[in-house]
Amino acid sequence: MSACCNDDPRIHDIKSKIRVVPNFPKPGIMFQDITTLLLDPKTFKNTVDLFVERYKNKNISVVAGIEARGFIFGPPIALAIGAKFVPLRKPRKLPGEVISEEYTLEYGRDCLEMHIGAVEPDERALVVDDLIATGGTLCAAMNLLERAGAEVVECACLIELPDLKGRDRLKGKPLYVLVESH
Amino acid sequence: MSACHSDDPRIHAIKSKIRVVPNFPKPGIMFQDVTTLLLDPKAFKDTMDLFVERYKNKNISVVAGIEARGFIFGPPIALAIGAKFVPLRKPRKLPGEVISEEYTLEYGRDCLEMHIGAVEPNERALVVDDLIATGGTLCAAISLLERAGAEVVECACLIELPDLKGRERLKGKPLYVLVESH
Repeated sequence: MSACCNDDPRIHDIKSKIRVVPNFPKPGIMFQDITTLLLDPKTFKNTVDLFVERYKNKNISVVAGIEARGFIFGPPIALAIGAKFVPLRKPRKLPGEVISEEYTLEYGRDCLEMHIGAVEPDERALVVDDLIATGGTLCAAMNLLERAGAEVVECACLIELPDLKGRDRLKGKPLYVLVESH
Repeated sequence: MSACHSDDPRIHAIKSKIRVVPNFPKPGIMFQDVTTLLLDPKAFKDTMDLFVERYKNKNISVVAGIEARGFIFGPPIALAIGAKFVPLRKPRKLPGEVISEEYTLEYGRDCLEMHIGAVEPNERALVVDDLIATGGTLCAAISLLERAGAEVVECACLIELPDLKGRERLKGKPLYVLVESH
């Protein structure tokens, strides 16, 4: 079932602040734009608070955020729960030695990288991104963390597109989202 | 003179956590890697606290962060001071209508974009990035905010490379940094 916070009164406001932009980046795609949520300080704070409340007592030592919108939501969570923040980036952005994980796009492939040494074995990790669609990027993120020996406790996103069944591609790991968009 | 917090005891730890990676992204460049600072929750928190302490009583309503590392440091400041966060992005990333500002690179040009409507006239704005080198990107960011009618109060970076004189390219706006690197 969906781990989703429908009952919390803050959720309705969060969902209403997300702007849907039709035909971006290409015809037929209804893009979920979270930048409008970031323009409302109270709503942005509520968004972060919902995640922090869920994770603060789960002994999570690593919050990994996926470039670039995962960089907006991951660090505030990390700071609030006392965890390190690890950026997961597109190729050739991280300056040090990295491990790379390839994943499939609709047409072609892409790659996600993480610094060697950022994560230690047996650390408990959370993966954060703004949205889960097919789950390909999140799956690559989980692989990077597991290859470094960490345990991925959960994936956390603001938005899920459940019709794309990304939840099924998370190697059995749980997914927590604030809103669904059909 | 440099607006820089050399005396604060937290600064030494922050500086020591920044990793210098030689010859990245190309020979001769000593890259200032902030990801190692993000691995230390206390140092990361101290970094944010230093900025928040400076800006919390300055009636700043907008924190603009430059993609992508400005996305890591800008949002926690915005959340703590009750301001909106506005991402400034590379071309074709933002889904809605944008204004674009071109700027010069060592070889060629690049472009920074901001959503129309994100910022309203007379808002007081802070621009955040991890590092200032030549000041070209920050100058483009200032221009975007001013074109939207905002007043840029200050630019804030973790690191300054003073030999590149970026401070002089900020259209007369003040710059605040935590550490300098020569």
